[in-house]
Amino acid sequence: MSGPSDFQPTNPALKWIERRLPIMGLMHSSFVAYPTPRNLNYWWTFGAILSLMLGVQILTGVILAMHYTPHADLAFKSVELIVRDVNYGWLLRNVHACGASMFFFAVYIHMFRGLYYGSYKEPREVLWILGVIIYLLMMATGFMGYVLPWGQMSFWGATVITNLFSAVPYFGESIVTLLWGGYAVGNPTLNRFFSLHYLLPFVIAGVVVLHIWALHVAGQNNPAGVEPKTEKDTVAFTPYATIKDMFGVSCFLLFFAWFIFYMPNYLGDAENYIPANPAVTPAHIVPEWYYLPFYAILRSIPNKLAGVVAMFGAIIILAFLPWLDSAKTRSSKYRPLAKQFFWMFVVVCIGLGYLGAQPPEGIYVIVGRILTIAYFAYFLILLPLLSRIEKPRPVPNSIADDVLAKSGGKAVPMVSSVVALMVAGGLLLGGAESARAAEGAPKPPAQKWSFSGPFGTFDRGALQRGLQVYKEVCASCHGLSFVAFRNLAESGGPGYSVAQAAAFASEYKVKDGPNDQGEMFERPGRPADYFPSPFPNEQAARVANGGAFPPDLSLITKARSYGRGFPQFLIDFFTQYQEQGPDYLVALMQGYEDKPPAGFTLPEGSYYNRYFPGHAIKMPKPLNDGQVTYSDGSPATVAQYSKDVTTFLMWAAEPHMEARKALGLQVFVFLILLTVLLYFTKKKVWANAH
Amino acid sequence: MTTASSADHPTRRDFLYVATGAVAAVGAAATVWPLVAQMNPDAATIAAGAPIEVDLTPIAEGQDIKVFWRGKPIYISHRTKKQIDEARKVPVASLPDPQSDESRVKPGHDQWLVVIGICTHLGCIPIAHEGAYDGFFCPCHGSVYDTSGRIRQGPAPTNLPVPPYTFVSDTKIQIG
Ligand code: FES
Repeated sequence: MSGPSDFQPTNPALKWIERRLPIMGLMHSSFVAYPTPRNLNYWWTFGAILSLMLGVQILTGVILAMHYTPHADLAFKSVELIVRDVNYGWLLRNVHACGASMFFFAVYIHMFRGLYYGSYKEPREVLWILGVIIYLLMMATGFMGYVLPWGQMSFWGATVITNLFSAVPYFGESIVTLLWGGYAVGNPTLNRFFSLHYLLPFVIAGVVVLHIWALHVAGQNNPAGVEPKTEKDTVAFTPYATIKDMFGVSCFLLFFAWFIFYMPNYLGDAENYIPANPAVTPAHIVPEWYYLPFYAILRSIPNKLAGVVAMFGAIIILAFLPWLDSAKTRSSKYRPLAKQFFWMFVVVCIGLGYLGAQPPEGIYVIVGRILTIAYFAYFLILLPLLSRIEKPRPVPNSIADDVLAKSGGKAVPMVSSVVALMVAGGLLLGGAESARAAEGAPKPPAQKWSFSGPFGTFDRGALQRGLQVYKEVCASCHGLSFVAFRNLAESGGPGYSVAQAAAFASEYKVKDGPNDQGEMFERPGRPADYFPSPFPNEQAARVANGGAFPPDLSLITKARSYGRGFPQFLIDFFTQYQEQGPDYLVALMQGYEDKPPAGFTLPEGSYYNRYFPGHAIKMPKPLNDGQVTYSDGSPATVAQYSKDVTTFLMWAAEPHMEARKALGLQVFVFLILLTVLLYFTKKKVWANAH
Repeated sequence: MTTASSADHPTRRDFLYVATGAVAAVGAAATVWPLVAQMNPDAATIAAGAPIEVDLTPIAEGQDIKVFWRGKPIYISHRTKKQIDEARKVPVASLPDPQSDESRVKPGHDQWLVVIGICTHLGCIPIAHEGAYDGFFCPCHGSVYDTSGRIRQGPAPTNLPVPPYTFVSDTKIQIG
């Protein structure tokens, strides 16, 4: 991509091919001989990281599509079956779901880097615009991918986002109907989103090729922002940039693996573990964290059309950046004012992200408006103005001069900015998180769980007792439809033998059929059967339970959460606390009070619970002391019951948790080793370049 | 980088390069494993392939039924005396895939032939009670099986396989 290559293979067969299709020469000139500025810092490795992430997402996505069913009635279940039954399905799903967040995380750093070092300026305008197009495509792809699991957030996210288009004058309604393929979000919507979610990554890959092409024509920008002039200013892409990128990628993988193996649900929304229900909107619709700043802009503007225009405008405006900022000096390093305003802009973006997750009321709205104005002012007023009035500091004569000028001591700003970035990112996420909090209920006390932390395992005794409590108490109203009897004998579970699981199954009556006479019949359960649900359908369940629908418990520990707030949420990331669901459930089962506090009017047919959002719960106190007789001598108390059954339900929600943590340990040992080796290799390679 | 001055440097450097490359290669290979392993049958599919029981009482002499086990059609034929005799008359050595009829049924239950109804040529389902040998005939490319499910004519290389099964009682078998 950078002119004809002098690369000539020696092997006659390769020579034969090369004469007809000079692909090896192309690869050689693009990724081996390609001269890259020698002063690039680690922010530049995010290009390689992004290429990797695109590859990871396409690969895992293609695989997941082999097991996924794009149908409104089956999608949610098929995702659960991937996680539970497909070999390494849990791993592939975690990689893909966390991978989306990592992809956006990397792209934001890549974009801010471009912004800071003026990488959009002449002659790289087209390169930058291609990047904006990739970013837009990523947003569309990410959004449609989030719809596919068909949970509550999927469904309502799809509803809200598609409804953005109804703001279009005259044609709005028709456009939305066209997007839906129906009168509301439904099966046709899911099907087309699946199709497009599969297609768009390949479109992204195509634009990425153009992006890299444009990059190789214009050459890479660099921290000094001066073009390479002589040989001394550059080094060959391979091995120098390659090894540096590999080291950067390896560090990034460590970060990525932390999510995959230890915090897979940290970035997700508990609500999405509840199957889509077109009749109930979740209390807070919060998009994935990477859309939050734009969501905040949308909500800041009290006019539907204007809000949508502002939201899209906030992205489109990026494409005009090369002309809004006409300053000749590229790098903000030499622009004292632009540098300060850059960091202020970063804060504005993070602030918007935080607000995007807050309820749209009171002070949040006002601050949101101020920040929205600040966002646009940065592009429309500040940058054009600065390029006229600012007096930049002198830039170095050449890249080689720049390298000589700052030998040593440059690691510090890098480290501190990484830390600052992590804190900022955490703030953003913490914001996303706290929106779910605060229904006025007190925070459930944190329990000690045997399965928490990186080495946590399930307590077999608790699992077996919990199963007993579920069977004798909960099962009369709550299903457990994603758990099969065979699971009871799987490793990492309650530790029953295959024969015990089969015997357990045979105690159940399972509907089967039709038989040769065309009739349904009942037979004893088999290991392959799933726990039968107590009610044939939701309506029957509601009739039997005073209008309330006892939820299926298969995923309940993941589907319930509570806000941890800032800064606890950040600390949780490092301590790997993710037992909000179990803590809440235990608190709920013990949180019944005979008399509601004075001034609280309890609706007919409800019970007062301290921890239930809104306090009025339809489920009567489920557990009482002495209700279940344990055979192992554990205390027959509500405290013990609730802990046991919650442990069991945690396992039911994630039967492969132990496998996940065990593999995580192996991956970490490996990645740390690889990272250390790459670090020294990189040092060795670069020793020759200085 | 080819101008290292001292002699011991290249060795140490080379060792580092080789070690890094080897670790990276191990990592890449280990990554491939789950990506391929996911293609194997999942746990639910395997569980659904558990043994099944079939009641033989409704099958009259001379009739057969087809049941499914692990997604495969299983023929269960209640053979007539004539069919059994035909199967046993033929000299085993003259068959393309020599197997005695006795070895293909359970002792004491000679009238019951249980075979996987998948043609050993390319996987079509042969039709029962057709063909020159009163056994099975595969319409796809004309393989002909006898009353013991053994290949007699056509492109199929081997006899119809007998699935693992046992008689739970005289009138009930368990396949798998
Ligand atoms: S498949 Fe039966 S003859 Fe070819």
